[in-house]
Amino acid sequence: MKKSYKIEVDCANCAAKMEEAANRTPGVKEAVVNFMLLKMNVEFEDGANPKAVMAEVLKNCKKVEEDCEIYLK
Amino acid sequence: MNKKQKKMLVRILIAAALLAAFSLIPVRNQWVRLGMFLIVYFEIGYDILLKAFKGIKNRQPFDECFLMAVATVGAFCLGEYTEGAAVMLFYQIGELFQSCAVGKSRKSISELMDIRPDVAYVLGEDGEREETDPDEVAVGTVLCVRPGEKIPIDGVVVKGETTLDTAALTGESVPCTVRPGDEVLSGCINLSGYIEFRTTREFGESTASRVLDLVENASSRKSRSEAFITRFARVYTPAVCFGALALALLPPLFLLVTGRDPAWGDWVYRALTFLVISCPCALVISIPLSFFAGLGTASRQGVLIKGSNYLETLSDVRTVAFDKTGTVTRGVFEVAGVHHSRMDDRELLLLAARAERNSTHPIARSILKACGEPLPQGDQGEVTEVAGQGVEAVLDGALVLAGNEKLMRAHGVEWIPCHSAGTVVHVARDGRYLGHILIADQIKPGAKEAVESLRKAGVRQTVMLTGDRRASAEEIAASLGIDRVEAELLPDQKVAQVEALLSRQTGKDRLAFVGDGINDAPVLSRADVGIAMGALGSDAAIEAADVVLMDDDPRKIATAVRIARKCLTIVKENIWIAIGIKLLCLVLGALGVANMWMAIFADVGVMVLAVLNAVRILLYRKW
Repeated sequence: MKKSYKIEVDCANCAAKMEEAANRTPGVKEAVVNFMLLKMNVEFEDGANPKAVMAEVLKNCKKVEEDCEIYLK
Repeated sequence: MNKKQKKMLVRILIAAALLAAFSLIPVRNQWVRLGMFLIVYFEIGYDILLKAFKGIKNRQPFDECFLMAVATVGAFCLGEYTEGAAVMLFYQIGELFQSCAVGKSRKSISELMDIRPDVAYVLGEDGEREETDPDEVAVGTVLCVRPGEKIPIDGVVVKGETTLDTAALTGESVPCTVRPGDEVLSGCINLSGYIEFRTTREFGESTASRVLDLVENASSRKSRSEAFITRFARVYTPAVCFGALALALLPPLFLLVTGRDPAWGDWVYRALTFLVISCPCALVISIPLSFFAGLGTASRQGVLIKGSNYLETLSDVRTVAFDKTGTVTRGVFEVAGVHHSRMDDRELLLLAARAERNSTHPIARSILKACGEPLPQGDQGEVTEVAGQGVEAVLDGALVLAGNEKLMRAHGVEWIPCHSAGTVVHVARDGRYLGHILIADQIKPGAKEAVESLRKAGVRQTVMLTGDRRASAEEIAASLGIDRVEAELLPDQKVAQVEALLSRQTGKDRLAFVGDGINDAPVLSRADVGIAMGALGSDAAIEAADVVLMDDDPRKIATAVRIARKCLTIVKENIWIAIGIKLLCLVLGALGVANMWMAIFADVGVMVLAVLNAVRILLYRKW
């Protein structure tokens, strides 16, 4: 399953760090952060619960970049 | 500027004023001076220090803020109060500029692609316009559009006549006229008249939404250059930090051991300049921004590129293979001439048309179309279709034959072969040969120019692949200046031909295949980059291709290649600017030539240069 989330982040490198952090999160098959569009496209592993996984992703992203935000729909 | 940026601007102005004032006041007491500059420092840098602290807590040692904090606190410890405060100030100025510049270019590029309709007007029972969210409009609803408004959803006109501006979708600046029964595509702007139309799709499935989806996801497919720079940034920062540590410790220790003055302060200062240069943001922002600008420019021209990686491939294209029908020709069969006629040309056409009047074969339709006038009613005659040969008809008591050589041979009629490219319909009456009608596909206007401009754009070889007869294929290829022709190919043989071409490529050369997307999906996906043209409204083509030309103008192929080349040049320039200046400043910093002021230029100035260079592609108006 794939989902797209709007994000808020200030610099390109921070976006790259968020991408790394999201990809490290269990349940995420692949995450791509698009700094120009301020979007994060996440492909989840089969059977993963997107809500729970995204909560973890947000937590991990906050760890590497305090100032970031992911708008979970 | 948003609120955050305005607040920052105020802080920067205050800090700059204070810094200038304090530098002019001669204060003897060191502690008072330190206090004064610390006020400036905390005013401008408190958020950085806070983030740095959090970075340590989260075990992120190479956090940009942390590096900045170490560098500036270090400067204060060395007694360089002015520099400590100034570096922080300039860092903040740089960050503000970056955020403004990126925001601005993000906005201007998004505007280029802004075809999303925000509102649909449903025609109510009483004829009133009701404003509705396009998402909530069901298929089959009648919508109305006034001049100046956007068509929100795909549909078919039921009332009114108008001209539409399709530039946002196709890059084509000539408006097109629509009447009742014509299809209208979402994203077009209604120019002249009021129309009502019935929707044929949902909003999400409409052209505008699909195109936007495609463009927005495009920059998520990352190119090799982007992957490279991200990897580079990941090792760059730690490497420079360890370099700083080594610079602070090793030379003084060496000097100490050899019995000279270690000059700790000097070396620590140089190490601190390293830390300032180690921030990777300029590297990381410049590449995706360049690609984003390239993709935006292309879509403005009606060329949709599905990813940064395809932009990269497109710039290395040296061989272009074309499908013939629908790509370089219009795919519409028209009567091109009547040859060797024993009677008036019109009469011959009319005779053939009467014989073929009930046939649905495309050849028959084009003969009927060429006749134009309505055929005389009444005498229908007795018509027999002979599959794969033509028709036999009894008209006015005579046996009329209209068909290919096989039909003539079957009836023992001597025929004159045709030397031109196209399909030939021989006509005979009562065993007497009357002449033949040549039906040919029309070459697209601009096809010749397209081949020429591809060559100018650096394409070395053009190849035409077609299922058509060799003679007609070769004639078309020669008139267009295409290098090679592979004719009489079945669909799977086209794939084999493309594979053969691919295997002959060397080095970085790439192959593009251009088709109309109708039955060449396997070839489109087999080529390095598949280009589908005239794809507006054709879902299959949009799916199968990597690059989609919205209208069917073959000249757009060269446009796409040119934009890709320009974009990749800018990307390479940016890689060199960013890495080059940073390395130069590192070397100068290590030698003690560059001070912290120069280091901050390496960080902020490079980014400014890279951003400006990236948006340069947007300034070109003519492609």
